[in-house]
Amino acid sequence: MRHTLSIIVADEPGELSRIVGLFSARGFNIETISVGESLDPRWSRVTIVTSGDDRTIHQIVKQCERLARVREVQDVTTRPHIEREMALITVSASAGLGRQEVLSLVSVFRAKVVDISHTQMIVEASGNKEKVDTFIELLRPIGVTDITRTGHIAINRLAAQEEEFSRKGAKAQSV
Amino acid sequence: MIAQRQLLNRPAASRPTDSLGDIPTGAQMLVAALVHEGVDAIFGYPGGAVLHIYDELWRARDQLTHYLVRHEQGAVHMAEGYARATGRVGVVLVTSGPGATNAVTGIANAYMDSTPIVVITGQVPKHLIGTDAFQEVDTVGITRPCVKHNYLVREARDLPAIVREAFHLARSGRPGPVVIDIPKDVSAARANYSRLDHVSFPFSAKPAPVDQQQAQHAIETILSAKRPVLYVGGGIANSGADESLRTFAEALRLPVTPTLMGLGGFPSSHPLCLGMLGMHGTYAANMAVAESDLLVALGVRFDDRVTGKLATFAPQARVIHVDIDPANIGKNVTPALALAGDVKQALDQFISLLDEQDAQQSIQDREPWWARIRKWQRSQPLRFSGSQNQIKPQTVIRELHRLTRGEAVVTTDVGQHQMWVAQFYPFTKARQLITSGGLGTMGFGLPAAVGAQLALPDQLVVAVVGDGGFQMTNQELATAVQYELPVKIVIMNNGYLGMVRQWQEMFYDRTYSEVDISVAPDFVKLAEAYGAAGFRAERPSELHNVLKAALEHKGVAVIDVVVEKEENVFPIVPAGANARDMIVHD
Repeated sequence: MRHTLSIIVADEPGELSRIVGLFSARGFNIETISVGESLDPRWSRVTIVTSGDDRTIHQIVKQCERLARVREVQDVTTRPHIEREMALITVSASAGLGRQEVLSLVSVFRAKVVDISHTQMIVEASGNKEKVDTFIELLRPIGVTDITRTGHIAINRLAAQEEEFSRKGAKAQSV
Repeated sequence: MIAQRQLLNRPAASRPTDSLGDIPTGAQMLVAALVHEGVDAIFGYPGGAVLHIYDELWRARDQLTHYLVRHEQGAVHMAEGYARATGRVGVVLVTSGPGATNAVTGIANAYMDSTPIVVITGQVPKHLIGTDAFQEVDTVGITRPCVKHNYLVREARDLPAIVREAFHLARSGRPGPVVIDIPKDVSAARANYSRLDHVSFPFSAKPAPVDQQQAQHAIETILSAKRPVLYVGGGIANSGADESLRTFAEALRLPVTPTLMGLGGFPSSHPLCLGMLGMHGTYAANMAVAESDLLVALGVRFDDRVTGKLATFAPQARVIHVDIDPANIGKNVTPALALAGDVKQALDQFISLLDEQDAQQSIQDREPWWARIRKWQRSQPLRFSGSQNQIKPQTVIRELHRLTRGEAVVTTDVGQHQMWVAQFYPFTKARQLITSGGLGTMGFGLPAAVGAQLALPDQLVVAVVGDGGFQMTNQELATAVQYELPVKIVIMNNGYLGMVRQWQEMFYDRTYSEVDISVAPDFVKLAEAYGAAGFRAERPSELHNVLKAALEHKGVAVIDVVVEKEENVFPIVPAGANARDMIVHD
């Protein structure tokens, strides 16, 4: 089963390679990976989409937690969350029917045209994996010439975030 | 020349103490921070990138002693021996490039065997990093998979915090190696030093103390088990749980089987001890685990040399797993009850929850289980066939045990001799056996013994090694002689890479492919060439007297024991098989 892991790690040189190295050394799979600043700029959030049975996922979480600079590892898949991915897609589309077809797909998928020439267009699409996959599949017959995807990012839904907040708050009080 | 050098140098720095008078260099800060950590010994080998540090070490030689090794692998194994013998952090200093790569084997060994060491490596100056400079290697990259953490120090001012944290990491939780890579310009740069007493980095919480309710549940499970076995590992020594384990096992009369790393954590001579389990474990231990209905796993990681084929390992047993490293729990075997935490704390909690009456009842209920175990023990004890004209390697270990009254600290390499030590030298104290368990490193025994001897000056330290492993690090004889560390090295000399030969004999139709190492130096002369004493025993009749004379020798002694060439280690559970496939003897 696919799982999306959210890893909070210190924003220090080499930390990403520790995480990636751990995945390859222990034979875990990375489907997508994306990294960026989190709320506190001293910490980065690494979002990794991986797959495996429960035991494998549990192992991945525990192994990542062993890293000295990893503060928190969350399997966001287990709780309500929002996941997004962005893709930039170059499509062959000369003036005429092809271009019209692309534009109508762009509108249906709430994508965006970000560049255009006489023969090609670059469109920007975002959404969950299925939406982006479907969009690309529908564009293919028209003539996709290049694709770049960001990999997934994820965040807990507000309900889950608030629950987490009160759980941690309660823990702090009990200490 | 010397006078000039002294003139050119900065004024001899005041002794590194809490506050350094002038603005100190990175090298001075490093040395001060090491002294602050209580380091009294460093094993190392100098080179270009660590010249500034060596210069400071010379100045600080009254406070911490540097031991000059003959190969960087030896330095790390010595630090491991020092750490394993005492529980303290072993410290290594090597130069960049080949200095660091030579140290990697030791670092990986320490990682596998959860040994606390801090390895300081030199690095080329910052402005040369990434240019393929002379003696440049990406030390942080190369060591990343086999350290708890590593650092590339970019600013001298970061050194005190990094050293503090490195020592904290090395010894906390599941211990392990930490590498600090210091570019040459950083050790020369000046920065303000302030002594640090706390670790500044916000670490994720330590493993919570074992939950009371879970401990209660564990105790109930243990009390109601009909065929329980305690399976104990290196975590016993690391958490100082040997006394607690003994109290607990005795209170419930539970059978105990240690892993290779667990030997000594529970006295092998104790009536409750079944001997080591696993590939070369005793018949009784392996049968007990195979038939058990409850396996209480304490400070272990279910290594493949213990479990054999996982699917058929302890098939009827529920598992209670206590380990400090949460990632060990559920990695190979899914436990019914997982207690992530310190083994000693868990055992003490178990003991506090014991009710005398329940304990007595459970002991009574388990009498049939002990009857079965005793039967296994009687039917297949460890044994070997004697010989009139050749020395049996097992006899060597038995004789060594007798002559040392079972009190020596013993180190080993890896292979047949290691298994015979595990089988025939009953260890009674934690930290008494220092062996390369996880990585299986040839050449570990001699340097590890040197490190252990340094830590335990009044203790008899014996390295039992093979003729193969000995030749991988025998240059450390010079280190032992130089520092008058009177280790005794017993070479089990069979002219073969014995364990590989055994597997070729048993599983490859006796095709002895590249295992004959009978062309070797005369080990007695080699010892003498190094300034150590050399002894040799070739016939069974000589063994006792030669061993005795060598052990009584005041200095470093090498004993070349010529043993039967094709002796095999039994029992053996073939790799990937299960306990029932055990081959008990020829």
